[in-house]
Amino acid sequence: MARSPEEEHPQKAFGWAARDNSGTLSPFNFSRRDNGEDDVTIKILYCGVCHSDLHSAKNDWGFTSYPVVPGHEIVGAVTAVGNNVNKFKVDDKVGVGVFVDSCKKCDCCHQGLENYCPQMILTYNSFSLDGTKTYGGYSDIIVVDQNYVLRIPDNMPLDAGAPLLCAGITVYSPMIYYGMNQPGKHLGVAGLGGLGHVAVKIGKAFGMKVTVISTSPKKESEAIDRLGADSFLVSTDPAKFKAAIGTMDYIIDTIAAVHALAPLLSLLNVNGKLVTVGLPEKPLELPIFPLVIGRRLIGGSNVGGIKEMQEMLDFCAKHNITADIELIRIDELNEAMERLAKSDVRYRFVIDVGNSLSK
Amino acid sequence: MAKSPEEEHPVKALGWAATDTSGHLSPFNFSRRETGDEDVRFKVLYCGICHSDLHSIKNEWGIATYPMVPGHEIVGEVTEVGSKVEKVKVGDKVGVGCMVGACHSCDNCVDNLENYCPKLLLTYNSIYTDGTITYGGYSDHMIANEHYIIKFPDNMPLDAGAPLLCAGITVYSPLKYFGLAEPGKHVGIVGLGGLGHVAVKFAKAFGAKVTVISTSPSKKNEALEHLGADLFLVSRDPDQMQAAVGTMDGIIDTVSAAHPILPLISLLKSHGKLVMVGAPEKPLELPVFPLIIGRKTVAGSGIGGMKETQEMIDFAAKHNIKADIEVISMDYVNTAMERLAKADVRYRFVIDIGNTLAATKP
Repeated sequence: MARSPEEEHPQKAFGWAARDNSGTLSPFNFSRRDNGEDDVTIKILYCGVCHSDLHSAKNDWGFTSYPVVPGHEIVGAVTAVGNNVNKFKVDDKVGVGVFVDSCKKCDCCHQGLENYCPQMILTYNSFSLDGTKTYGGYSDIIVVDQNYVLRIPDNMPLDAGAPLLCAGITVYSPMIYYGMNQPGKHLGVAGLGGLGHVAVKIGKAFGMKVTVISTSPKKESEAIDRLGADSFLVSTDPAKFKAAIGTMDYIIDTIAAVHALAPLLSLLNVNGKLVTVGLPEKPLELPIFPLVIGRRLIGGSNVGGIKEMQEMLDFCAKHNITADIELIRIDELNEAMERLAKSDVRYRFVIDVGNSLSK
Repeated sequence: MAKSPEEEHPVKALGWAATDTSGHLSPFNFSRRETGDEDVRFKVLYCGICHSDLHSIKNEWGIATYPMVPGHEIVGEVTEVGSKVEKVKVGDKVGVGCMVGACHSCDNCVDNLENYCPKLLLTYNSIYTDGTITYGGYSDHMIANEHYIIKFPDNMPLDAGAPLLCAGITVYSPLKYFGLAEPGKHVGIVGLGGLGHVAVKFAKAFGAKVTVISTSPSKKNEALEHLGADLFLVSRDPDQMQAAVGTMDGIIDTVSAAHPILPLISLLKSHGKLVMVGAPEKPLELPVFPLIIGRKTVAGSGIGGMKETQEMIDFAAKHNIKADIEVISMDYVNTAMERLAKADVRYRFVIDIGNTLAATKP
């Protein structure tokens, strides 16, 4: 007989969950497993609000299992370590991203690509090997296998660093894999939100020329003066758009809504690559001619493996890269979700879990 | 005042041209330039019929200039060389593919990727450096700058080798570029026509495991017995497709008609690549999730540079790879085009220009 979320596991836990596809979140009592030999228990201090959390809370993708406790940009302090744990000790500041387990046996796992393991377990809305559901970071504690925990670099602020655990790795990984890290090359960043603004910062740190491509002219000053982009292209300005045709080596497409690919592809040079990391609900239209005539490519990417996540955090710490955040209390969460749906945030909400989450 | 095709240039030429969007081809008197210092002139012996020729003569891509003499799988024997030509001499067997000029100064040209040069000049239906239109290989002789001449290896038959100049390089280039030309890779080939059948042969020669993916169960025997593919997958059979999910390192998709690519993407292993070499006119539906979840890519590829085309011909000669062809006479060409439109050919028509064109002179 299935136990209730409160009784499933020995350690009491408290968080906020969505219970139906209205996506409205509210207090939720549940439980976490005991700290096993390979586990680390983390008192959660901050959790970023990723757009995926909103999609999941509302079951936009059709596979949400309610109740769902979202949150996969988790930062906190270690409170307990298992006997086999050698990577962390109590009081370490650590992070947890989008997944908390994988098979550890397949080629992907052996190559540090746990994120592509067919048996990867997501931080929330997944089912662990013991059959219980995973609950995410909009909660007070989490218990995770040490192999899926990241060390937050000493000089990285915990709140502004949290979004890197999803947004950061989501853009960093493909930028490395697809070669979008060469000084002097021209990178287009389509969409200036949680993912896009971090892509601009990382692109500049790689020494690339960065153009932000957006539908909102009012983001221009932000993009150039505050984020350091080299230029700004309003996709609805035909003359400027035409002048930019064939000028970019790469485009990272962070747009989460359905949108036209043809104009973006036209911005690419021959052998250019467009990488899509946004997750629109419906398929996009892909014109084939521009791919064939110019050997262009469109690829996907899904977060990154643990080793690469650590590399990304260390890179960001070295280059002083963090997310631009708006810190909120847990009771402001639903309002934040409504604003996020309208892209009304610069550029990530982060929940001050440590100071505002209490029963 | 524009000169007529017959008077534009000093050397008389005979070919077959389309004069309107019906695509009907008929005898056509025109002319070619004199042999410049870097030019090679050759008598055309054979010319392959590429599906692009059919698309072009009917103006399906909207860029046709009539009259149009198609043909870019051209093979023949050198009759004259310019004073600076070192690559070939009179009597040599040579070929010309899809291109006859490029800028030679851009990054792509410098990297031996003339096919991606923004100033690429095509063998037919392009405006050459002298302002005149280029005419292709459905003609008695051809002239091209030495750089665009392919040397035909001695042991390569001229008729069955001709289609390699377009079909061959079109599949060879992406097999190499996308890392599929290696022993142990599992490559899917979609579509078993002019491009597809050559792709199977090249992929096998590279040591790959090859699965042919087709809508027609009737092609299974051909694929396995005759072309040497390892497996055959009927794309309309859901059970077969399900069994093959996540098994391929790459897929070369040669189909130019509109078709769904989601089922093909699901056949790929994670990090797999779907390479389009057929070019459907209308956009296809791209489901983004599977690309993201598996870090997969959809790419395109168009022919290859001159260096790689020569490499491909030499590789084909070494491995005894040639196209499967049906040789036709010049005056059969309109019927051939009708059959090609219905994919009724195994797998390339090749026009016996040398023996059958002259008799059609108007």
